[in-house]
Amino acid sequence: MHELSLVMSILQIAEREAEKHDAKQIEEIELEIGELSGVDRPAFDFAWEQAIRSTKLEKAQRHIHDISGEARCLECDKEFAIHQLFDPCPHCGNHFVEIRKGKEFRVKSLVVS
Amino acid sequence: MCATCGCDSHSSPTIRVSGESQSHDHSHDHGHSHSHTKTVVEVEKDVLHENNLLAQRNRGYFEAKKILALNLVSSPGSGKTSLLEKTLIDCKDEFQFYVIEGDQQTTRDADRIHATGTKVAQINTGKGCHLDAHMILHALQSMKPKENSVFFIENVGNLVCPAMFDLGEQERVVIISVTEGDDKPIKYPDMFHSSTLCIINKTDLLPYVPFSMDKVKEYARQVNPTLEFIEVSCTSGEGLDRWYQWLKEKTKVPAEA
Ligand SMILES: Nc1nc2c(ncn2[C@@H]2O[C@H](COP(=O)(O)OP(=O)(O)OP(=O)(O)O)[C@@H](O)[C@H]2O)c(=O)[nH]1
Ligand SMILES: [Mg+2]
Ligand SMILES: [Zn+2]
Repeated sequence: MHELSLVMSILQIAEREAEKHDAKQIEEIELEIGELSGVDRPAFDFAWEQAIRSTKLEKAQRHIHDISGEARCLECDKEFAIHQLFDPCPHCGNHFVEIRKGKEFRVKSLVVS
Repeated sequence: MCATCGCDSHSSPTIRVSGESQSHDHSHDHGHSHSHTKTVVEVEKDVLHENNLLAQRNRGYFEAKKILALNLVSSPGSGKTSLLEKTLIDCKDEFQFYVIEGDQQTTRDADRIHATGTKVAQINTGKGCHLDAHMILHALQSMKPKENSVFFIENVGNLVCPAMFDLGEQERVVIISVTEGDDKPIKYPDMFHSSTLCIINKTDLLPYVPFSMDKVKEYARQVNPTLEFIEVSCTSGEGLDRWYQWLKEKTKVPAEA
């Protein structure tokens, strides 16, 4: 369950930022999670509940932006929506693709007070 | 405090158990914090930013010392330690080896490596299901590997969790054994996507299990069209020469970033 260490990393980033701004509390946190990031959402949500207890994130409202996968075929150059790493190009069936979006896993912003 | 990375631990390889929650004993006064003004902070940071920075550092260290660092990943029992044991003994006159053993609880694998006469560091991750770049950094500090050596990192047996954590290795080697079934590459695509070499182990058992060599490669190429394959049996020794040849080629040409 690596999702627990992912939540711990988010917590560390958020608490450091809160400290920088002398904030007592984090009211909101905005995350970006790509479809191809390798984050298992149910496991992530479970880990989230466990890990934020008695931290500055405990009361924070969490906003998650799901980012859809986008790839470009290296054979025919067309762009297409990719949902799994093994999806072929729907135009020519090729697997040599460049993933342009969907690998993101970021802390975008916080609201602190 | 550690001067290299700013962490609170000393330079023993078992540094921090990622995945274990830290204690937070500072008090919160949620009740009357509303007089504070709200501030929006644009963070824009990768969640794994810290790990990736340390991984870059490890990579720089390996490159500067012309060390070939390989991260071995697989599900439990695919034969990572067996492959290492064979390699360390068969190639001991050709390479200087170092090994990091990641294991949740025991020193069993480290003991097996130690028995071959190779310098080995054990990292017990406890509940943690993967190694991270921070652990490798500290292990490097205590091992001080020599130039032009080959540095193996046996990750925790798990085909999911280690995928997201760059350790600073030059190549990631995924090992799968024929008893696991030929559909593993699409069931665990992240690991096959991020690896450069796939070792298919336990070929001596092929007569006894339904496993198609063509199918496993086809599935793996769907996830990663440039993946290389080497078929071996650590028990019979068949195919190991190809793996040793691969090592030789990788150490001849300095690895590119
Ligand atoms: N038949 C056969 N058995 C093998 C082969 N390679 C390894 N084994 C056996 O598979 C079992 C697991 O091997 P290990 O080398 O411990 O596997 P591992 O990947 O290091 O396992 P963990 O560290 O627990 O994840 C042992 O009983 C080995 O003897 C092989 O080529 N053929
Ligand atoms: Mg092992
Ligand atoms: Zn195409």
